[in-house]
Amino acid sequence: MAADALTTNATLDGLHGAAADLAADKQAFPVPWGKLMMWIFLLSDTFIFSCFLTSYMNVRISTTVKWPNPSEVFGLNVGNTSVPLLLIAIMTMVLITSSGTMAMAVNYGYRRNRAYTTALMLVTAGFGATFVGMQAFEWSKLILQEGVRPWGSPLGAEQFGASFFMITGFHGLHVSAGVIYLTVIALRVWNGFYDRKGSYETVEIAGLYWHFVDLVWVFIFALFYLW
Amino acid sequence: MDHTATATTHAEGQQHPVAIYMYVWALLFIVSTFSYLVDYFHLHGALRWTLILLFMVVKAGLIVAIFMHMRWERLALKLAILVPPLCLLILIGLMAIEGDYTFATRLAAFVH
Repeated sequence: MAADALTTNATLDGLHGAAADLAADKQAFPVPWGKLMMWIFLLSDTFIFSCFLTSYMNVRISTTVKWPNPSEVFGLNVGNTSVPLLLIAIMTMVLITSSGTMAMAVNYGYRRNRAYTTALMLVTAGFGATFVGMQAFEWSKLILQEGVRPWGSPLGAEQFGASFFMITGFHGLHVSAGVIYLTVIALRVWNGFYDRKGSYETVEIAGLYWHFVDLVWVFIFALFYLW
Repeated sequence: MDHTATATTHAEGQQHPVAIYMYVWALLFIVSTFSYLVDYFHLHGALRWTLILLFMVVKAGLIVAIFMHMRWERLALKLAILVPPLCLLILIGLMAIEGDYTFATRLAAFVH
């Protein structure tokens, strides 16, 4: 019965299908409730990050003081040459790699491959932890060497520090939470919890969260570091 | 019995060939490298901003469509999740106008 309620209208596609899904006397979204709730949470998170990025845009437009050049601020010295944005480029690659391993973990989860799913999720969490570690390095460098504070910056506009710590701090918090989340789910995969439950959808839901963290970084990378 | 039926329907719901993930993964690496090169070669002005936004949208689209499986969801869910963020464009537009106004006021009041 429950299965019928979920699959009715599944043959109708496009706008007619959407109208039927929403209007018929049945569950509107034929997906597991946990997945739908994760999507709605991510939608609300989209609004939070968008508010941060919009306020960053607003203060950057309105300041009369020169904005520090992120390309130089976040450069790294390799030998004697300074490579612009090197640390951020590596962090971006680490996060994309972790997204790839997470996608593979979801795939192996649906194939009921317990060992591969656990391993891939732990690798993903490991990349996440690496990312947070690099961010800690970046923050220390900025605070201790450059003297940037949330209320001021010797490099230029004061709003630079405020925007930087707010946006990357909130994103870093999401990555840290994700590392814990993924580790917990990976351990449950390993001890056979989802085999007994008969469904690996929890792995896909955790994957949604992780890909979202990567997605937010795409916007931060483009709008804060490259702009 | 109902419960198991439901579970299996979903469990096998989002299973796709591994090749497509590998392909998207490689694409994400390539596009990220492109956006890094925009900075590396010191591109400026409209060209820089257009390329940054273009690469950003391509990467975001790939992640949402393939990694987050949005491409395979039903239209009702796509609309429910992807349409609401569009109101943010209004916020962004308003804040850009407001920022320009504040900038002009500051120039007039503080900068001589």
